[in-house]
Amino acid sequence: MFDGYTSSELMSIFAMQGFAGLSLFSVFVLMALGLAIIFGQMGVINMAHGEFMILGAYTTYLTSGLFESYLPGLFGGYFFIAMILAFLVCAALGAFVEWAMVRHLYRRPLDTLLATWGLSLILQQAYRSIFGAREVGVTLPDWMLGSIQVTDMVDLPINGLFVMIIALSIALGVYFLMYRSGWGKKVRAVVQNRPMAEAVGINSAGVDRATFALGCGIAGIAGAAFTMIGSTGPSSGQAYIVDTFLVVVFGGAQSLIGTIISAFGISQAQSTMEFFLSGSMAKVLTLLVVVGILMLRPEGLMALKIRR
Amino acid sequence: MGTTDITACGRSLGKETGLRKKLMTLAASIMLATSAQAATPPTAEVNTTGLAVTDDTVKVGILHSITGTMSISEIGSVQAEKLAIEQINAAGGVLGRQVEFVQEDGASDWPTFAEKSRKLLRQDNVAAIFGAWTSASRKAILPVIEQYNGMLYYPTFYEGLEQSPNVIYTGQEATQQILASIDWAAEEKGAKTFYLLGSDYIWPRTSNKIARKHIDKLGLKVVGEEYYPLGHTQFNSVINKIKLRKPDVIFASVVGGSNVAFYKQMKAAGIDFTKESPLLLTISVTEDEIRGIGGENVEGIYASMKYFQSLDNDNNKEFVAAFKEAWGDDMVIGDVTQAAYLGPWLWKAAVEKAGSFDIDKIREASPGIEFTKAPEGYVRIHENHHLWSKTRIGHAQRNGQYKVVYETEDLMEPDPFPEGYQ
Repeated sequence: MFDGYTSSELMSIFAMQGFAGLSLFSVFVLMALGLAIIFGQMGVINMAHGEFMILGAYTTYLTSGLFESYLPGLFGGYFFIAMILAFLVCAALGAFVEWAMVRHLYRRPLDTLLATWGLSLILQQAYRSIFGAREVGVTLPDWMLGSIQVTDMVDLPINGLFVMIIALSIALGVYFLMYRSGWGKKVRAVVQNRPMAEAVGINSAGVDRATFALGCGIAGIAGAAFTMIGSTGPSSGQAYIVDTFLVVVFGGAQSLIGTIISAFGISQAQSTMEFFLSGSMAKVLTLLVVVGILMLRPEGLMALKIRR
Repeated sequence: MGTTDITACGRSLGKETGLRKKLMTLAASIMLATSAQAATPPTAEVNTTGLAVTDDTVKVGILHSITGTMSISEIGSVQAEKLAIEQINAAGGVLGRQVEFVQEDGASDWPTFAEKSRKLLRQDNVAAIFGAWTSASRKAILPVIEQYNGMLYYPTFYEGLEQSPNVIYTGQEATQQILASIDWAAEEKGAKTFYLLGSDYIWPRTSNKIARKHIDKLGLKVVGEEYYPLGHTQFNSVINKIKLRKPDVIFASVVGGSNVAFYKQMKAAGIDFTKESPLLLTISVTEDEIRGIGGENVEGIYASMKYFQSLDNDNNKEFVAAFKEAWGDDMVIGDVTQAAYLGPWLWKAAVEKAGSFDIDKIREASPGIEFTKAPEGYVRIHENHHLWSKTRIGHAQRNGQYKVVYETEDLMEPDPFPEGYQ
């Protein structure tokens, strides 16, 4: 298939293809981190994860509208405010949901699955009633559009770079929070042995709520970031949920490192195959490989070894 | 096809003998009554099959998704149909009867469409149904509407390969939309190579099959053909492929939320559509979709459809003004919305030509019906229940509107079964 192309053309295509894989990787990481925290640390399968992302996207949409009409001079920087707001809004809703619904369903994983799925339907219809069924267009500041031209053929999309930076900083932030802070220590203690953690004085209910809120908040940031590359509509969240679960389950539910490794593996496999095969075939093959590996390693790539 | 047609014809023939006499008396009574305008033929004469027709009202059904993922697209059609019905009523109704509608929600779920159409036909006895959007929902309604002998007015441009005696297709079938656009790209823009790209389901695949055949016929070249799952949001790899193959034209039939991702990522990857290298020609992005994608992301692309909101004629100006007055100033009107608007008017014309609400008589009266007040201009119903219509090429502007840059001289003949696809 490479007949008739010069080697410099091929080089630049491979460079761009590498970049495409990396940007898919950062999208996966952003999508999956929030879910991995909730699923991995609490054992709750949050089917409404996609809807939390879209809540973040709608927050961005509203913020962009506000800046456009009241602070047009600062429009170039609105995106950062929007991301912070998206985090806060989603974390607040997450904390409320945990308090009102999820905490009554711990130890009943199938029920949380149904309940959060119901929540996702409620949220979707709520978006439809509030924002209308049509997708909304989020206006981006000019500096985020377009690309950096490295050579004649190599263009690096600015929004792709931006998503990469966000993904990287959030992954680092979560790492420090989970593995280098006192709060993270509490979370991990609760995951490993809840009664013992309570016995040494950890408020496990509080930890649960904060964990859930953190996961939802990160979903919100992801949603805000995805307004740059995807659509914002009441049911757009559905497009992300399958890939998100795939990444988290494949990586091993309780391991954040596993999530990142699996995001890397899946994204590279998919984007390479997409280049050589058709889009649908690439997806099928990726899923087949994942299923195959999960049959050999049912716990996922990086299983946490603890006694149950 | 074939089989459905024959059985349905048999059915209509069986009923006809008894009806012909009534038709004659009816025709006579109409002739007598035309001078006295306020003519309202008696219900027993215009309704012999138990439809929901009274002396001063007639009931029709509207069946679209107003919840779920498809509501994005279908709500425009609902609005257009309601507007048409309102205008018909203001102008005196149909055969002197005010049109009432029963609205049901298909909820973006195909079995629900079948169930609701059964309800509309059996319980509400509606005289016509205006509805369905995706091919999947139409296929779900089809057996029901043929079984109970109803009439569906279907607004979406679609892949063709269908012709039911119980459906009037008011949108374009694939060949109407595609052939003219490829001719245009080849002649006006000198395109030699094409890259076909679509979402992975029946409409894009059939459309691209038709496109490929026509491109081969013109002696031009297809340099790539790709499909992505519905809802796909990552197009970087295919964009790289496109950059490598350097086609003259990207022929795109990506639908739904994927559209937003596709155009945003194309733009981010440094492809400037206004430079037209490659030129992007789409058959799936109407003004409605642009609202979600953002005008700045599609500026410079070309779309091939039969209707654009910016069409410059008196019918359309009136229609756009009425639509905005009814539904708000920020509304945009896409191709399908206009096609949905035609439904009630074509039904009214058929009923008046037949002098009856009976489905069999409407079916017989439909071919040849003309509608001169259509926003898209003039349309006529073909023997095969599709519409003769012009095909136009629009050039997307930053404000989310299309500027019409080309239209076919003649009406395009609908050809739902192009050779080689049966």
